[in-house]
Amino acid sequence: MTLAHRAAAMLEPWRLGAFAAAAMTLLPVAAILLLALFPAQNIWPHLLATTLPSYITNTLLLMLGVGAATLVTGVATAHLVTAYEFPFRKHLEWLLLLPLAVPAYVIAYLYTDLLEFAGPAQRGLRALFGWQLARDYWFPEVRSMGGAVALMGLVLYPYVYLMTRASLLEQSARLLDAGRLTGRGPLAVFFFVSLPAARPAVAVGVALALMETLNDFGTVDFFAVHTLTAGLYDVWLNMGNLGGGAQIAATMLSFTLLLISLEYFGRRRRRFYQSAGRFAGRERLQLRGRKAAGAFLACALPVIFGFALPAALLLGHAAANFEESWTRDFRRSAFNSLWASALAALACVALAVVVGYARRMHGNAPLALAARAASLGYAVPGAVLAVGVLIPFAAFDNALNAFLRARFDVNAGLLLSGSGFAVVFAYVIRFLAVSVGSVESSWSKVSESMDMAARTLGHGAWQTLRRFHLPLIRGGALAAALLVFVDCMKELPATLILRPFNFETLATQVYYFASDELIGQSALGALCIVLAGLAPVVMLSRAISGGGLGRAE
Amino acid sequence: MPALLEVSGISCRYPSERSAVVGASFQLDHGMLACLLGPSGCGKTTVLRAIAGFRRLDTGAIYLNGERIADTRGGLPPERRGLGMVFQEHALFPHLNVEDNITAGLRAHSAAVRRDIARDMLARLGLAGMERRYPHELSGGQQQRVALARALAPRPRLLLMDEPFSSLDFDLREKLRQEVRDLLKDIGAACLLVTHDQQDAFTFGERVGVMRRGAIVQWDTAYRIYHRPATRFVADFIGEGVLLDGVVESGDAVKTELATLRGEIDPQFAPGDAVQVLLRPDDIVHDDAGPRFAKIKKRAFRGENYLYTLALPSGREILSLVPSHHNHAVGEDLGIKLEIDHLVLFSAASQ
Repeated sequence: MTLAHRAAAMLEPWRLGAFAAAAMTLLPVAAILLLALFPAQNIWPHLLATTLPSYITNTLLLMLGVGAATLVTGVATAHLVTAYEFPFRKHLEWLLLLPLAVPAYVIAYLYTDLLEFAGPAQRGLRALFGWQLARDYWFPEVRSMGGAVALMGLVLYPYVYLMTRASLLEQSARLLDAGRLTGRGPLAVFFFVSLPAARPAVAVGVALALMETLNDFGTVDFFAVHTLTAGLYDVWLNMGNLGGGAQIAATMLSFTLLLISLEYFGRRRRRFYQSAGRFAGRERLQLRGRKAAGAFLACALPVIFGFALPAALLLGHAAANFEESWTRDFRRSAFNSLWASALAALACVALAVVVGYARRMHGNAPLALAARAASLGYAVPGAVLAVGVLIPFAAFDNALNAFLRARFDVNAGLLLSGSGFAVVFAYVIRFLAVSVGSVESSWSKVSESMDMAARTLGHGAWQTLRRFHLPLIRGGALAAALLVFVDCMKELPATLILRPFNFETLATQVYYFASDELIGQSALGALCIVLAGLAPVVMLSRAISGGGLGRAE
Repeated sequence: MPALLEVSGISCRYPSERSAVVGASFQLDHGMLACLLGPSGCGKTTVLRAIAGFRRLDTGAIYLNGERIADTRGGLPPERRGLGMVFQEHALFPHLNVEDNITAGLRAHSAAVRRDIARDMLARLGLAGMERRYPHELSGGQQQRVALARALAPRPRLLLMDEPFSSLDFDLREKLRQEVRDLLKDIGAACLLVTHDQQDAFTFGERVGVMRRGAIVQWDTAYRIYHRPATRFVADFIGEGVLLDGVVESGDAVKTELATLRGEIDPQFAPGDAVQVLLRPDDIVHDDAGPRFAKIKKRAFRGENYLYTLALPSGREILSLVPSHHNHAVGEDLGIKLEIDHLVLFSAASQ
């Protein structure tokens, strides 16, 4: 094949589309690195001498804390529901996923309101014991590093739980029997056999939880924990220093790289540990009496504090403040959330289909790499992504304006950076991985012979896709759209930076109300976000109780 | 008239791939049924995919009715080659019913004609009345029949089949093989079938191509592939047999430990050459009267036959296929005589 033919083959539209998706995802990262290395006004030495070390320390502390909290909670609950039988185990198995529906910033506002000095919890204690002042008694401060760790752990542990549980269920019962024959009891076998074999899956779960931690802005901002994300906002928005913002963003990207590697190696190692052949059903050990109660409590508490209590509080606040909350502004924010999320979901699924189909037709190394690159966005914190999107968009807008003013004496305004387009664009990059993964996994079940059958029957590439593939991958595509939609509804850090003037979504509205300590008025929006978030969790739960997630990922 | 299909020196390879194709050539006439036979990983499926248009060629070209449909620069996309294809795993479209599956390739026809064609195909394959069923409601054999109907409905000039019978059980396999053969002959379509199963190749193919390591080592009738294998590999891969050392004595005799064998000898061998003679189990016939005897070392019961492994005085082993009512014990001497029509010789030096 000559070079010209090779070049012509590269220009095939599907392949081109896949590479374009990859380029789109890499654009913000490239923009950040470029601006970080060549800033207009270099404040790096200043950052390094002043705030940066404490940002990094705080970020590390937060990640360490959340990592430990999610690890212990996720692994312990996964072990309990897979190895033992106790009252309500079957229900808890899927209930344990529910906290995933609550964004960390929502739970932070709720617990702060509940546990602060003027909140109902402390008021109750004071009334009960006759204390007057704060110094009369000790009560943990919610708005602290410790509070952030506890609350994020409470809503992020399901990542670890989900991955660990799936891995434990994949383990062959014979392997556990062999462990017992070495003279170890059930718990010892768990540490000797099960946990080591589940380690790669646990690593993937923790990596995902930590990516969310790094992504969080609402909680750390509200709790005044100065992490890198908080620092990025400070330098970028309050100090207006673009180069410095990009430099902090680049620092965060190195954290991201670490987490991606952790996840990648976890997923790669996982393959070695998966039991070959079929799934050997393991028998659960029946717990009774105090042990059964202990197991029940250990699994019920995360659900109660991570979902039931916050949901009840939200309902109460929303009901009590419905009149003041159901305003025109609220409806407009809800509408903005809906269309921006729907648009992003559509775009994500369409791009996922392009990437998946290109790989299917020309499955080779460059395309596999492109698919990987297109899926990188989920690991990039929303704030970093927003900065990365804003840099090239603003440059484009300014160049366009300068050109138009010089040539035609018209002012076009900020075409890309000043419109909802930037918000949707960032959503697509950040959540493309979700749709690519979902579409790809449902495509993997369609045999390659199906393509060949359709093509030999006289259908072109596009017709084969439309008539034979789309009906078959519809389920995966719909699930992907739903997942992306909900993630976009929850998204806060990127929306805050990229939203045009006077453009609020439910998430930003909740954030502003809560920042002004108007928890009552923020509740309706937060409730809507949690309700939307329940949809994918219900989907996951159904997969779990149907046994579908036991085997596959 | 040009051949229906001409595959001319094609190679397809990816660096990491075992089943590459290296310079494969053969021709297929109109209406002819042919098989590509070879061990797994020999590249036979890759040849099929290249003909269908799913693999790029690194060398060579493919012609259909004398028209060049593929070469190293690319080729006609699969949907414009007008070929039918049937797969091992049937690959029916799960979201379409039987009729819609069969008519998936009929796009120029009116709805009524499409339905008639589907009815006709189903009737020919003994599936009348199954139009509204969905693939998951059919048995494996029925699914494969529908897949065949789907591939043949547009009346392709050439049908490509990739291990079409491998997923079926033994009885069904034999039955379907015959049905497919009759149907193809009936409608006059040519077929290229890929298989690793000799029975498929022998009962189905009017021509059989034996493949090894990406090349076609022999393209011939099934009879000649069995009785006149071109290489030691073909002799070994097809059927059973042993190679016995011998020396060419004259233009029509080879002296071996067992006997001096007489028959036509390839002129490439001269008297005095050291050779190896292929002895099939059915070349060595049991006769209580002899003239020769060999000790029974092993025997395998095959229903109608016993396959005896016999040891010659030197320790060399030969195989003999004997009707199973001749029941002799291991350790006995078995009387044998040779019935060889054609001597298959390989040079002993070429080992």
